[in-house]
Amino acid sequence: MAADVVGGILLAGITLYAVLGGADFGGGLWDLLAGTTARGRAPRALIDESIPPVWEANHVWLVFDLVIFWTAFPHAFAAVMTTLALPLWLALDGIVLRGAGFAFRKELTRLPAQRAAGATFAFSSLMTPFFMGTVIGAIATGAVPAVASHASLAAWTSPTAVLAGFLFVATCGYLAAVYLTGEAARRGDRRLQSYFTYRAQAAAIVAGALSLATLAELHTSSPVLYARLTGRALPLVIIAGVCGLAVVALLAAGRRGPGWHTLTRVIAALGVAAVVWGWGVAQYPVLLPGTPVTLANAGAPPATLVALIAIFIAAALLVGPSFALLFTMQSRRLLGPGEQGTLSAAVAAGHTGQPPAAHHDRRPSPDQHRGPATRGAVLGTIVIAAVIRRLRHR
Amino acid sequence: MTHASPAVLLAAAQVGGEVVPARAQMATTLGFHIILACLGIALPSVVLLAEFIGLRRRDETALRLARRWSQAMGVLIAVGAVTGTVLSFEMGLLWPGLMRRYGAVLGFPFGVEGLFFFLEAIFAGIYLWGWRRLGGWAHWWSGVPIALSGIFGAMSVIAVNSWMNQPGGFTQRGGHVTSVNPWQVFFNHAAIYEMPHMILAAYMVTGFLVAGVYAAGILRGRRDRYHYTGFAIGFVPAAVLTPFQIFVGDTAARAIAHGQPVKFASMEYVPRTSRHVPEWLGGAYLNGHVYGGVKIPDMDSVLAGFGPGTKVIGWDSVPAADRPPVVWLIHLCFDVMVGLAFLLLLAGLWAAYEWWRRRRLPPQRPFWWAGAVSGVAAVVAMECGWVVTEVGRQPWVVYRLQTTAAAATTNGGVITSLSLVIVVYAVLGATTIAILRLLSRRWRHGDLEEAAVPYGPNPAPQDLAAGEGGY
Repeated sequence: MAADVVGGILLAGITLYAVLGGADFGGGLWDLLAGTTARGRAPRALIDESIPPVWEANHVWLVFDLVIFWTAFPHAFAAVMTTLALPLWLALDGIVLRGAGFAFRKELTRLPAQRAAGATFAFSSLMTPFFMGTVIGAIATGAVPAVASHASLAAWTSPTAVLAGFLFVATCGYLAAVYLTGEAARRGDRRLQSYFTYRAQAAAIVAGALSLATLAELHTSSPVLYARLTGRALPLVIIAGVCGLAVVALLAAGRRGPGWHTLTRVIAALGVAAVVWGWGVAQYPVLLPGTPVTLANAGAPPATLVALIAIFIAAALLVGPSFALLFTMQSRRLLGPGEQGTLSAAVAAGHTGQPPAAHHDRRPSPDQHRGPATRGAVLGTIVIAAVIRRLRHR
Repeated sequence: MTHASPAVLLAAAQVGGEVVPARAQMATTLGFHIILACLGIALPSVVLLAEFIGLRRRDETALRLARRWSQAMGVLIAVGAVTGTVLSFEMGLLWPGLMRRYGAVLGFPFGVEGLFFFLEAIFAGIYLWGWRRLGGWAHWWSGVPIALSGIFGAMSVIAVNSWMNQPGGFTQRGGHVTSVNPWQVFFNHAAIYEMPHMILAAYMVTGFLVAGVYAAGILRGRRDRYHYTGFAIGFVPAAVLTPFQIFVGDTAARAIAHGQPVKFASMEYVPRTSRHVPEWLGGAYLNGHVYGGVKIPDMDSVLAGFGPGTKVIGWDSVPAADRPPVVWLIHLCFDVMVGLAFLLLLAGLWAAYEWWRRRRLPPQRPFWWAGAVSGVAAVVAMECGWVVTEVGRQPWVVYRLQTTAAAATTNGGVITSLSLVIVVYAVLGATTIAILRLLSRRWRHGDLEEAAVPYGPNPAPQDLAAGEGGY
């Protein structure tokens, strides 16, 4: 019973990391795809400003998950860390580089240094979600033995695991684009709003296609998980699909107003949460599929589990209000005159010699972004299909 | 030589599995992180002290110092968060054997630590944003949770380390932990002295480092009120805490003589259990001889039990395989730590004497040289202390229960990750120092009084425009 509760807490932590951290990583993806220095200035400035000022706000969930995992399920933890050492090291590299980028980028004012920091930031934003995806994919397909003595390359390079890696990247991009659309709308920047709207829709299509591909792949690689995902976890799978379609529709409707965008964000987050919990429900009570390791028999002694639950409750009581306080202070600042000014100043700096007011008529119309985004989505889907076929024939 | 050293490392790895590189990597990452951890624990208190003085005495200089230090604090906490995350991964990636067997026991303090670190980061954000949003004492109080979380977080991590030195609070059968008492794990026998020892060390490191920055400025001729205030706010608390630290350290050494006698024997060169044990100052122990040390007869027995007849347990009490590998390293690190602590104490006494007699800080240049290097000295002393406690526990990772070899990963390739870690951490350290210097240069030029730092708000638009004017 206590082990089930802790399992639920672990999954809740993974959900929070996927939703909050995912949006964070996705920002790096769009940073990478924003084009040349001059062209990408406006979206990059928005990404930069929208990064939450507390790095740990998102990454502490990861540390939190690690601690819960090793404390509550030490045997399974050791097996995962041994078998999947390489992708975990690589994901950690991404976290270190990103964290360093977060720590230093605000001080770097020279363009080459900024560019280097930006490239590091963007590249590492892809690395971490991809390798995390392969780790989850490897666990889900039962590639982690109950007792592991050495790392396995095959475990995380199976088609399912690699697909899960791509799915994670696409999901991060999707969450970030939805979030950034709302941020652009809140600042009244219609150009950036449409810029990120089409990217959000494109990412939604790619993520949806990857989800279906992963599901199809599970049919052969993990029949039990597939049966459960289409059985008892089916409601959650359907919710995830409906949420994805709803977000695409809401973005297409393109209403303005803060409530509308909050709704879109919540539905997008809900969709991702449904995927995570769908996986959890499908796997329950097994911790490492393909082995006899379950939540109950991998669990630590009861006192440890109770202590973990107590820490979780204390964290919720202490951290929740503190966070609310921090965000209140930030949004008070955001409502002030300074923030918009920063963004327009950064945009203006890209076009030296022109007064900011002169840009308005020079900006391309929103529809000009539709072409590349749609093309990108179609191209992405084709590439993914090709990769899947390649992997299956391997 | 450069060609030989990887080969030597490789040979060592083949002999001891991945233990040697895994230990080297853990030592590198922990040794780096612990400096940032010290600043994370104690810098908030130093900043709060400056702001307190500023508010209480309406002292603009102290307030400006608090404001600037809080920016450096933002950078340091952000870098510390990164290196801390690395350590939490390494617990599993380098030491899966330890986690498999004792993860359920030592996980609880780590969970508590995570909670306090979260609070520390959030309130650092509130404090940095609050310079504009909150006035006077309300802002000061918003910083108190950072200082408290730092202390409690440190206690939690030290709880894990001290538990490894004096494990308790659980029962096991056949290699499986069957029951755990989280409170006994947290407040184990070694925690009582390790916790205050490390927290005091953190305050000394931070105080002397801050003082060192301003002492260096004074040596370069910047003899203004700003630099003297900055020096005093760092130096005074650190110097006041030094005698307490020496007392706690002395108590800790006696507790180690009881609880971890082999570690104590290595610290003090006690090969055989005996009475009238001499104290060695310095000296290298090789093949049963101490070369180049100063011998004080009976002194070790006196220190261990207040009488020359006190029996001190030597390392002959355990088989050779259960003794630490490099005794001389442990002993010399211990001596360096103690020696530096006494030198720092002398610097504090010098300042205290001048203040008592003449109500001023010493004008002599040697004092300011001492002040300038005091921060580095405190860091070296603290690192030596960690070498003593960690190498002194070998070959055990959990004292008398699990060997380090049994805890280490069975995966190859640790040399690769170790090399990568050394490169990345060198860049990380250099960048951190460069950024801090950049901040101080900006402060000196008076532009960008409010630089953008992690956790803090972005600068006002005109500042940004000014910053980007260069291209």
